[in-house]
Amino acid sequence: MSITENKTTAFNRRSFLKTSSLASGGLLIGFNLFQACKPEVVKEAAVDLAKLDYKDFNAFIKIAKNGAVTIFSPNPEIGQGVKTSMPMIIAEELEVPWEMVHVEQGILDTEHYTRQVAGGSQSIRHGWDALRQTGATARQMLVNAAAARWGVDPSECTVKDGVVSNTKGETLGYGDLVEEAAQLEVPEEVALKEPKDYTIIGTDRVNVDIDGIVTGKPMFGLDYKAEGMVYASVLRPPAFGQKLDTFDATEAKAVPGVIDVIRIGEKANALLNQEAKNWTAILSNSDKVVVVAKDTWSAIKGKNAVKATWISDSPLESTEMQDEKLMGLLNGKAFMNLRKDGDVEKAFAQADKILERTYESPFLPHNCMEPMNFFANVTAERIHLVGPVQTPEFAAMGVADMLGRDVKQVHLEMTRMGGGFGRRLYGDFVFEAAEISNALQKPVKVVSTREDDMTTGVYRPAIKYRIKASVKDGAITGYHLKEAAINSNMYGLIPNFFPAGAIENYQVDVANYRSNITTGAWRAPYTNFLAYAEQSFFDELAEMMEVDKIQMRLDLLEKAKGHNDERIQYSPERMQEVIKTAVAKSGWGKQPEGVYQGFVSYYCHNSHVAEVANVQIEDGMPVVKKVTCVVDCGIVVNPLGAKNQVEGGVIDGIGHSMYGNFGFEDGMPTAMNYDRYRLIRMKEVPEVETHFIQNELSPTGLGEPTLPPAGGAVANALKAATGKRIYKQPFMEDPAFWKTTEKPILG
Amino acid sequence: MPTYQLKVNGKETTVEASDDSPVLWVLRDHLNLVGTKFGCGIAQCGACTIHLDGSAVRSCSLTMASVEGKSITTIEGLSDDGSHPVQEAWKEVDVPQCGYCQAGQIMTASAFLEQNPNPSSEEIKTAMHGNICRCASYTRIHKAVAKAAKNMA
Repeated sequence: MSITENKTTAFNRRSFLKTSSLASGGLLIGFNLFQACKPEVVKEAAVDLAKLDYKDFNAFIKIAKNGAVTIFSPNPEIGQGVKTSMPMIIAEELEVPWEMVHVEQGILDTEHYTRQVAGGSQSIRHGWDALRQTGATARQMLVNAAAARWGVDPSECTVKDGVVSNTKGETLGYGDLVEEAAQLEVPEEVALKEPKDYTIIGTDRVNVDIDGIVTGKPMFGLDYKAEGMVYASVLRPPAFGQKLDTFDATEAKAVPGVIDVIRIGEKANALLNQEAKNWTAILSNSDKVVVVAKDTWSAIKGKNAVKATWISDSPLESTEMQDEKLMGLLNGKAFMNLRKDGDVEKAFAQADKILERTYESPFLPHNCMEPMNFFANVTAERIHLVGPVQTPEFAAMGVADMLGRDVKQVHLEMTRMGGGFGRRLYGDFVFEAAEISNALQKPVKVVSTREDDMTTGVYRPAIKYRIKASVKDGAITGYHLKEAAINSNMYGLIPNFFPAGAIENYQVDVANYRSNITTGAWRAPYTNFLAYAEQSFFDELAEMMEVDKIQMRLDLLEKAKGHNDERIQYSPERMQEVIKTAVAKSGWGKQPEGVYQGFVSYYCHNSHVAEVANVQIEDGMPVVKKVTCVVDCGIVVNPLGAKNQVEGGVIDGIGHSMYGNFGFEDGMPTAMNYDRYRLIRMKEVPEVETHFIQNELSPTGLGEPTLPPAGGAVANALKAATGKRIYKQPFMEDPAFWKTTEKPILG
Repeated sequence: MPTYQLKVNGKETTVEASDDSPVLWVLRDHLNLVGTKFGCGIAQCGACTIHLDGSAVRSCSLTMASVEGKSITTIEGLSDDGSHPVQEAWKEVDVPQCGYCQAGQIMTASAFLEQNPNPSSEEIKTAMHGNICRCASYTRIHKAVAKAAKNMA
């Protein structure tokens, strides 16, 4: 693994790199790589702050004549902290004190920013070079402006805290220089700072929106209001496999506050009939009934009063039927191969011992605390869209396509999002809002209730894995992972995660069946369940082999070293380091009596993580008391925010693997709200101790990678505590399974 | 629609709303106090928590008829400038991730600390158990409540 080049880097501002990223939440969408700064003066992109005499330096930076700096954060903020950390990277290279920086959310602007996406834990990783270049380029131009004014060479100038100095001790602030600097030619090459010189990156910075959040300022999509805006609530089919037939709006129209009841779907359905496009995959083929009202409550009440009839156009599925289908796939032969090294069948035939296990997971809804909502105002001149969406560019393109309009007429503003977790990658709610506004020719905000949100989701699909491994002469000789999933399979990179490269005969096969239930990316797609299955399996394999669980992992990684297989995603060296650090920090093997530990090491979203869960028995039940989490995500831009991500990922991972359960009966979800759907709450939350590996490698993902290992660490600790191994999520579906007669631990 | 006399954040207000409208939507849509959030609508998540005569209640399940003549405090009225000790603790600990549930968390915590200014760790957990944070910022919520208690002492 090479150390990242932090030195002078050639920077070609005209190079637009287009690539396809499959790591981004499993979406098969061609993302542009983050465009480096586009340094010509930009007037359009700027939000009007008006109060200061700003110079728009480039699409990311505005500097006022008094030296105040506004940095636009280009990517959507879903709680992953990029609205703080991305501007920190620019400010670092720009050489301005963080206290002088004001951060604004950038609008969707495909001319000047690219990859305005929140997904796949990729914002910082993709932005790292471009954001540094942006800050450094602006800094260099300011220095050049000062040098020109003084008639000296720029190399004779130094810069600190937004002030340029020369050898004579003269100084000029950025505010004095910004007019001239913005007119200068953009340097093709700029020097980037060495990590040892960082004063902002690597320091704790509080969330830039903290004041607004703790005082309840409007900042979320649901909070947005516009002159003349009406509210809409949408009645969708109650079951997957159903379509709207007829409806009677008489009672709905009698609800005070209700303005109109309309039928929509024509535009979205027409889009579905076009050539398949990414954004159409999650659109329902049913028409919908929309109740328009002067406030949210009247709209919801009106929707509840609509009498609709539904017809079935495809099977109404149940969990039982889906389980049978998936099990049938696992037992069958209809697999697609994703990776094949050596010959697993031969290894199995020659083995001394074989272990084969099957792991099962349910669907999961996203349950963003802010239900889906969006504002749209479609007029002849433009399409104004405001709200929470993880993929603004694709939502804008899709809406333009649906309405037969030029995408340039779409003006999309991103609000802070009350969670995303993958649900807001899908712009179905943006399409709905646009279609409704287009029909009404009014500004409208479409608001989902929790029941709408949970029952018309884009769920984490139910998946089953079967893993088989062989042992010969004390070594693991073969490993065969089979996946059966609803609708979609693990994306292409995952078969190249550990233990690929560590076991000679290695094979990954996948199979799926098409269901009419909409599924998609859910925080750490696929690995959110796979990590538990594989790491649980490795523990059991070590038990069968009667070897040390940690040493077995380290030995496998040793074997993976020195491979020349470019497909392999993880670094054996970095993985070994997080493992050894987790062993040391967690007191592995040295816990007092009554504390049982479970171990997991895992790679995903370009980061290496090891977690140790501590379980104790309280009142005869195992309880997760603590998790020690070690992360190698390269340079940590904002440790304060990063720790929050780690803690959240770990607890989220525990919560969903222990409690998350979502099924179907006659095509209808079995839970609609939090009375029947259990999310982890305060009393179930363990202590989380976080350690970052200190290095100077480029930053990698953090919003997702600590989640997948958590379930595995808990499962392994539960086994240590109770002697029982669990093969199905959620673990706590049957508490009686875990009840032990062991006496409670004292102290 | 009937008219209601309300006292919200210390101010007398008259509002016209349907009699079965939850207080939540009157606050958000009619009085423009959008800090109180909609999460579930069935008093299960706590995002809509407000104070009614000083007690934490779920505004999504509170009818207008039940609040007449009573004093409502929302997150906007907890302090003039975000300086309530619970808000200060939230900033100090840097609690939020997405931030959506935090107003409800703060309203629950502030009412709780009024009643129990010196809580144990377990009492904090019990008090905050009714508020869901989907980002799972729970460890920081716990820390911030403990810190606020200390700062208020």
